Amino acid sequence: MRKERKVRAGFRAWEDGLATGLAVLSTVLVVAPLVAIFIYLIYKGASSLNLAFFTQSPKPVGEIGGGMANAILGSAILLGVGSLLGIPVGIAGGIFLAEFGRGTKLANAVRFTADVLNGVPSIVMGIAVYSLVVVPQGHFSAFSGGVALGIMMIPTVCRTTEEMLLMVPNAVREAALALGVPNWRSVLSITVKTASPGIITGCMLAFARVAGETAPLIFTAFGNVGWSEKLSEPIAALPLQIYVYAISPYDEWHRLAWAGALVLIVLIVLAVSLVRYVTSRGVLKGAS
Amino acid sequence: MEGTVYCHKKRNLSGRLAEHWVVIVRWNRKIVTYLLFYSRDLTAFVTLYSHSPDSLRKVIAQVPEIRISHAPLQPEPGEKPPALVASVEASEVRGYLLSRGNSAIADEGFRWLMVFCALSIFGIVVLIASELVIRSKMAWGKFGFDFFYKAFIDTYTNQPQYWDPVNGHFSALPFLYGTLVSSFLALLLAVPLAIGVAVFLTEMCPRALRGPLAFITELLAAIPSVIYGLWAVFVLVPLLREYINPWLIKGLGWTGFFADDNPTGLGFISAGVILAIMILPIISSLTREVMLAVPNSQREAVLALGATRWEMIRVGVLRNARIGIVGAIILGLGRALGETMAVTMVIGNSPEIHRSLLANGSTMSSVIANEFAEASGDLHLSALMELGLALFIVTIIVNAFAQLLVWAVTRGAPSQAH
Repeated sequence: MRKERKVRAGFRAWEDGLATGLAVLSTVLVVAPLVAIFIYLIYKGASSLNLAFFTQSPKPVGEIGGGMANAILGSAILLGVGSLLGIPVGIAGGIFLAEFGRGTKLANAVRFTADVLNGVPSIVMGIAVYSLVVVPQGHFSAFSGGVALGIMMIPTVCRTTEEMLLMVPNAVREAALALGVPNWRSVLSITVKTASPGIITGCMLAFARVAGETAPLIFTAFGNVGWSEKLSEPIAALPLQIYVYAISPYDEWHRLAWAGALVLIVLIVLAVSLVRYVTSRGVLKGAS
Repeated sequence: MEGTVYCHKKRNLSGRLAEHWVVIVRWNRKIVTYLLFYSRDLTAFVTLYSHSPDSLRKVIAQVPEIRISHAPLQPEPGEKPPALVASVEASEVRGYLLSRGNSAIADEGFRWLMVFCALSIFGIVVLIASELVIRSKMAWGKFGFDFFYKAFIDTYTNQPQYWDPVNGHFSALPFLYGTLVSSFLALLLAVPLAIGVAVFLTEMCPRALRGPLAFITELLAAIPSVIYGLWAVFVLVPLLREYINPWLIKGLGWTGFFADDNPTGLGFISAGVILAIMILPIISSLTREVMLAVPNSQREAVLALGATRWEMIRVGVLRNARIGIVGAIILGLGRALGETMAVTMVIGNSPEIHRSLLANGSTMSSVIANEFAEASGDLHLSALMELGLALFIVTIIVNAFAQLLVWAVTRGAPSQAH
């Protein structure tokens, strides 16, 4: 009896150790690919990054050199159009959820729809925008790409805005109202202003997320080997260019793809770190 | 120092009509602070808004009966708001505020603008759905439900023809197969690892490591799909081709799932591995959230009974969080089903069904990405649209279901994160 218990205790200790080991092992296995991707990306990207990458357009196949200046400009234009569309609508939706619709059925439905929209595959968004904008317009355009990115930004911006506004203490709102400030003024210049660091953070997160989107751009912005800054014409974009170059058979293009990937990832890591810094510092704490 | 009393009736945030009493305190004719009272006798609870802590201290020193509360009081449910007192002192502040006029129109306008923007989110989803339905009508009219499970049999070779844009035969079968196989492979690889990471981060990890590790998993989620694809094409696929695949063929070739007829290294396995890496952070961060929502008393109770740490995690944490974990896994599945770029770059893109996991395949999203821009005709385009519609519906169902499961667990239980 005693011996049996001892054996059982031994087994339990062994099992505990095994589980701990497995958990540690899985963490290592998860961290390893990330580290591998980063190291490889920096190694490959840094060796092919130069000034020409930022200042020149791609050269024809077979010629050495060239850069992705047109794709960087294109990404900036697309993201600009997307932000103009997505951020105001997203913030307004968030204001509705937090300030006007709290607890109502409509707000729950909107919240749920935003989550659903967030889960729609980006490629589906691409073909939907294709048939909504590109087909009536008759050709691929930077504008349609921007619309696709803007729509994808809305749910993220909306939900973070709501969360940030909910953190603003009620006393601040009531103080403004009690002083006779009109409600719209109180929302815009008291509540939203108090929560603005958080809201800006959410916008940056959404921005970083769509900055790397490729699938919705394939048949909206379409890509462009030359320099284009018109909204009505096909335009190049960094992730799209990386995709095209990665599946091409030319070493020179692979080199450019790695450099582009490095630029993109640096941008995104910066945004995510900033977001993390801001949220962990608890900028909103001062308000409560 | 002088104070002006001012009474203001407003609906408060819970919709009740409430009175706020504001005292505006001035020093040398300059407003130094506002005091906000929630009841009529100015001795009760007060919230202070001040331009400087100094002026605040002065006010408190001068009015000893003020009690300070930082949380505003809610009015009692049954309490009737006292009638507006007529004897409010006329003051220039009050006159100024009254002269500002009625803001009802502006308020309503602002409200409706916000409602409109919120409704536009509905609008977008409806627009996407209707557009996909309209554009896929042609393929639906031609193939009906056959599109999803039947293949055209070539009369000469007796071989099934799934996707033949030249002759206008379209069947979604190989893409459904490819999507399912690659997603389930990804889940198979990702789920145990994700749960392991979540367990490690919530229950075992030293505090100093917790922040950085959570940050790294967050970063993993932020890397764009095309960069995963790029890495997979140049690092993962060669690695699998040179080292893992020969080993799989040798060891498990007899099952028929690992046939030695595809020297490229592209295929379901590559797609599954890269998908697993991509959905890992989603599953693990959600699992972590759900596990953090399990109250500590559960853990303590199990430990008090003499359980080892692993038994505590199994009985006290995982069992309580299982519904939420299932939700997290389904959410990961939803992401895997719709993932496009990385999969397109490594799956090989051939519309065929093979038993072997090392063979080339194609998924619903990858075929859209590959063929949509250069579709050969209206029917081809319409068939691709129908694939998109199917993907849309499936991901909505999967996501909604997962969302409900996660909500069921995290709602109510206050998260003990931070």
